[in-house]
Amino acid sequence: MSGADAPAGGQETETTDGDDPLLTVRGLTKQFGGIVAVDGATFDVEAGTLTGLIGPNGAGKSTTFDLITGVQRPDAGAVVFDGDDVTTHRADRLARAGLVRTFQIARELSEMTVLENVMLAPRDQRGETLWRSVLPGARGAVIEQETALREEAWETLEFLELDHLATEYAGNLSGGQRKLLELARVLMTDPTMVLLDEPLAGVNPTLETKLLDRIHELRDRGLTFLLVEHDMDVIMNHCDPVIVLHQGAVLTQGSPSDVREDERVLEAYLGGEVDG
Amino acid sequence: MSDQDRRGPVGSRVDAVADGVRSFVSTSDARLLLVFALTLYGLFTVVSVLLGYNFNGIVDTLRRITFLSAIYAILVLALNVQWGYAGLFNIGVAGFMAVGVYTMAILSSPTTNTFPGLGLPLPIGIVGGVLAATVLGLLAALPALRLRGDYLAIVTLAMAEIVRRVFRSPVFQEFSIGSVQLGTGGSRGMNLPENPVRALFYQNPGEAGSPPNALGSALFDAASAAGIEPSVVEGWVYALMLVVAVGLVYWLLRRVGNSPFGRVLKAVREDEVVARALGKDTRLFKVKAFAVGCALMGLGGILWRLSGGYVSTTMFQPIYTFYVFVALIIGGAGSNTGSILGGAAFASLLFEGPNFVRRIVTGYVDVGAAPNSLYDAIAALGGLDLTPLVAYSLSDVNVSALRLVLLGVVLIYLIQNRPEGLLGHRKEVASPIDLTDRGGEEGDG
Amino acid sequence: MTERESGWGLLGAAGARPLVAILWLVGLAFLAHLGWLLYSGGLGTVTLAGYLWEGTILGMSYGLAGVGLAMTYSILSFANFAHGDLVTSGAISGWIAAFLVAGLGDLSIRSLVHLGGPYTLNTNTLGLSVTNAPLAIVAGLVVAAAFTAVLAVAIDRIVFRPMRDQSGIALLIASVGVALALRYLLVFGLQAGPRGLTAGQVTPSVAIPIGVGSISVGAHELTLVVVAALLMLATHLVLRYTKLGTAMRAMADNEDLARVTGIPTERVVLTTWLLGGALTGAAGFLVALERGTLSMTLGWDLLLLIFAAVILGGIGSVYGAMVGGVIIGISSRLSLVWLPESLVVVAAFLVMITVLLVRPSGIMGGVRTA
Repeated sequence: MSGADAPAGGQETETTDGDDPLLTVRGLTKQFGGIVAVDGATFDVEAGTLTGLIGPNGAGKSTTFDLITGVQRPDAGAVVFDGDDVTTHRADRLARAGLVRTFQIARELSEMTVLENVMLAPRDQRGETLWRSVLPGARGAVIEQETALREEAWETLEFLELDHLATEYAGNLSGGQRKLLELARVLMTDPTMVLLDEPLAGVNPTLETKLLDRIHELRDRGLTFLLVEHDMDVIMNHCDPVIVLHQGAVLTQGSPSDVREDERVLEAYLGGEVDG
Repeated sequence: MSDQDRRGPVGSRVDAVADGVRSFVSTSDARLLLVFALTLYGLFTVVSVLLGYNFNGIVDTLRRITFLSAIYAILVLALNVQWGYAGLFNIGVAGFMAVGVYTMAILSSPTTNTFPGLGLPLPIGIVGGVLAATVLGLLAALPALRLRGDYLAIVTLAMAEIVRRVFRSPVFQEFSIGSVQLGTGGSRGMNLPENPVRALFYQNPGEAGSPPNALGSALFDAASAAGIEPSVVEGWVYALMLVVAVGLVYWLLRRVGNSPFGRVLKAVREDEVVARALGKDTRLFKVKAFAVGCALMGLGGILWRLSGGYVSTTMFQPIYTFYVFVALIIGGAGSNTGSILGGAAFASLLFEGPNFVRRIVTGYVDVGAAPNSLYDAIAALGGLDLTPLVAYSLSDVNVSALRLVLLGVVLIYLIQNRPEGLLGHRKEVASPIDLTDRGGEEGDG
Repeated sequence: MTERESGWGLLGAAGARPLVAILWLVGLAFLAHLGWLLYSGGLGTVTLAGYLWEGTILGMSYGLAGVGLAMTYSILSFANFAHGDLVTSGAISGWIAAFLVAGLGDLSIRSLVHLGGPYTLNTNTLGLSVTNAPLAIVAGLVVAAAFTAVLAVAIDRIVFRPMRDQSGIALLIASVGVALALRYLLVFGLQAGPRGLTAGQVTPSVAIPIGVGSISVGAHELTLVVVAALLMLATHLVLRYTKLGTAMRAMADNEDLARVTGIPTERVVLTTWLLGGALTGAAGFLVALERGTLSMTLGWDLLLLIFAAVILGGIGSVYGAMVGGVIIGISSRLSLVWLPESLVVVAAFLVMITVLLVRPSGIMGGVRTA
C-alpha cells in the first residue's frame, strides 16, 4: 500500500485541505460494440468519506465499478488509488493494495462455513505458502498467525452480529445474512477503501439499518466507502458527497442537499425510466 | 408400535449393531478406515475359504488387495488435490504415472539390461521420476490455468497419450546420449531395477536364485512354519511399505488441505472470482496444487510397477486414468479420507471382486461348458435354458468385459444420483486449528 | 460479469496475437521446405500425391465423424466422450447387416452375426466389396446410420436427459461411463479381436499416373470420400434450408433465446442426436470399409483425433468440423515428410493443444461452451 504522495499525471486536487483524494478517476471510458457505457467519467473520492454513486438505469454505474475494481479494462482514462496508477491492475492486485469490493449478488462460498469464508480473507497469510503449511517448524508460525486471525474473525462476526452462524455453511444463510458475510469478508482484508455494489438490494429494513450503522461506524474508524445504490433515500440520508452519473459521465457531484436541488439531476432521472 | 418393535428381535439387534458401528466409526477417520479395512479383509478371507484356498492362498489374497488398495489410495489422493480441492479436471493421470516410472527406469535400471538405464541408485531414480512428473505437471499447469473444464480434460488426455506414444515409439526404443546407451524399450517395454524388498532379505538381491541372508532366513523359516511361502512374505513386506507410504501421503495432504493454502484452493474450486477479489493470486495456487498432484501420481506409478520389475506402455492406457477417477468419485471428491476409501473400495470390490465372484459361482454351481458365442447363449434362451447364458457370462474374458460395463454403469449412476460419493458431502473445514475454539478469551461484543 | 483473462505474459489474451503470427510463420516455413524438397527431388511427386490422397481419406473420416460431435457439443454444451464408441457401434451394426445380406444362405447366421469372431469366416468366400456386392454395402451403410441414430437417442434418454441441468463436466463424466459400458458390451457380445471384412481380391483399384509413377486409388477409398462428401452436403442442406435445421443453428448459438422464441428445444435435441448419430454411424461403417478390418476400439482410438478436428475447426461449428477434419488428415500424412510414423499422431495432438491455448474458437470461430 505504498506509493508517492504526489498525485500522478496532472490532475488537480479538488479538496480545500490539500490532502490528495484516496481514489481518483480521470476520463474513464468503456465501449461495448457500438454502445458507450462509460464516457469520460471523472471524479474523486476523499479518504474517510462515505461517498455515494447514483444515476438512472443505464448511467454506467456498474461498468464504472467494474473498471475501477479491475474486472474490466478501460478503453481510455486512468484510475489512481493512494497515489498509484492502478488503471490496468486486475482485481487481485487491487485487493492486495487495499481496494476491495463487495458483489451485488452475494457470492458466498456456500461449501465453506461462515468462519472459513471470513478466515479466507486476510492478506499476507503465511500459511498460504505451500511449504510453510507443511513443514513442521514453519507450520508453528502458521498456527500462531491463524490463532490471531481466528480471534479477529470472531470479533468481526460479532461486530456484524453473525457470530451465532459461525459454524453454519454459508450456503444456508439468508439473503441478508449473506450480505453481512460479504461485508465481514472484505473487512477482514484490512482494506483502505471498500466499494459497495448495491449492498442493500433485497435486504429487509431492520437489517438495512444495522448494515448502515456498521458502515457508519467503520467510516468513523477511518475506512473509506464508495457506495452504489439504487435507493435514493439511502444515498441522500447517509452519503456525503454524492456523485451523479448520467449517460456514462459525471453530471454533478456535491453534498446531498446540493444534488437534491440540482435540476439537471431531476431531469436525468425523469428523462430516463421511472425511479424505483 | 415403535419402529423397534416392528422390526422384531433379529431386526432390532441388527439395528443396534449397526448403530453401534456407526457411532464408533463416526468419531474419527482412523476408526472409519480401520473398520473398513477389517471388513474388507473379513470379506476376502471368507471368499478365499469358500474357494478352498490354503492358508498361504488366503494370506496372498489379502496381500493382493492390500497392495492394490494402497496403490489406488495414493493415486486417488493425488487426483483429489487437483480435482477435489482445486477443481482442475485432469484425465491424464496415466501420463504422469508413465513419466515417473520411465524416468526412474532410465535413471536406475542396470546398465547391463537389454534396454539399459544409467544404473544409478534406486532412491535417485525414484526422486528423479517424481521430479520428472512434477516438471511435466508444471508444463500441463499452463493449459490448466487458461482452459476450463472440458477443454482441460481433452488437453490432459492428449498429453497422456503423447507421453505414452513417445515411450512406445521405435524412435526412442534405443538411443544414446554421447557414449551412453539408453532406451525405453518401445513397444517391448523395459525391465526395471530390482524390487527393493529383495535387498532386505537376500544376500545377492540381483540374482534370481540367491540364498536369503540372516534376516531373510529367520523370517522365511518362521513364515513357512505357518505354511506361508517366501514370495508371499516378500509381497506382504512390500504391501506394508505401501501402507506406510499411504499414511505419509495422507498426513502430508491433510496438512496441505487443513491450512490457509487448502482454504484458498477450496475457494478457487467453488468461485475463483471471489478468491481473486480477496487478493489471492489464484494462478499460483492452481499451479502448486497441480504440481503436487502430478508428483504424487509419478510416485504412485513408480511404487506400483517397481514390484513387478517390468514396465510397458500398455500399463498407461487411458483406462487406468478412468479407474482412478471412478475411485475418486466413489470415495467423494474433496475428502482425503474418502480418497483412501474410494481407492480401496474400487480396487478390492470393483476391480478384483468380479473375478472372485466368478470363481465362486463356477466353483459351486455347475453351469456346464460355455458356448462359443453370445448368439448360441441367447438362442438357448428360446428353449428357456438360462445356463448357457450364465456360463458364457462367467468365462474369463467376459467377466473382464462385464466388469468394465459395471464400471461404466456405476460411474453414470454416481454422477446422476450421488456425485458426492461416500464422504464428499463432509466438507472438511480447512484450517490447522479448530476455528470454533476461541481459547481462553472471554468473548464479548 | 466477465473477468479479464488471467494469463502468463506470452499467452495472455493480448499476447496471443503475436503467437498466432509466429505459428503462421512456422506453418509457412514448413510449406516452403516442402516446396524445396519437391523441387530438389528430396520428395517425389508420387509420394506427395500419395500423402495428399491418403490425407484426404483420413480427413473425410475425421470430418464426417466430427460433424456429429460438433452438433452435440454446440447444442448440448458438453464434450461427448462416448462419441468414439458410437462410431464403433455404427461400424459393427452396419457390417453385421452387410454380412447378413451378402452371406445369408451360404454361411451360418451365427458366424455372420459375429463377423467371424470365434467362428472362422472366409472373407473371400463372402467376397464383399463395393463392386462385388453393392447391395450389401448399401444395406450396411443404411443400417449403420439408422442403428446409431436410434442408439444415440436411447443413450440420451437414459443417461443425458435426466442430467440436462447439470454442468458440462458432469455430463462429460457420464459420457465416459457410457463409453465404457458401450464398448465393453460390444466386447462381451462379439469378443475382442480385429475382424477382416472385405475380400482384397475383388476390390478394384485404379492406378492414377502421377509424374513418373502412379498412385493407387482403391474403390473403397473412393467410396468413403464420395459418400462422406455427399453426406456432408446433405447435412449442409438440412441445416440451411429446413426449419429444423435452422432451429438447430439457433439453439447452437443461444439456447435461452431459442427457448424464448418458441423453438421446441427437446425436439431439436432429438433431431441432433438422430442426425448426428446417423452421420457418426455412417462414418464408422465407411472407415471400416476403407480399412477392410474392424475392431472394438475402432472409434475410441479415433476419438482424440476427431476432437482435434472439431477443435481445429471451431468447437460447435459443423462446417468447422469438416474443414478441421480434412486439415488434420492431410497434415498428418504430410508430416511424414519430417516425422517417423509413430510420432505423427503426437504432432496432431500438439497442434490441437496449441489451438486450444492460442485460439480456442478455432478456424471457423465456433460457439464457446461453458
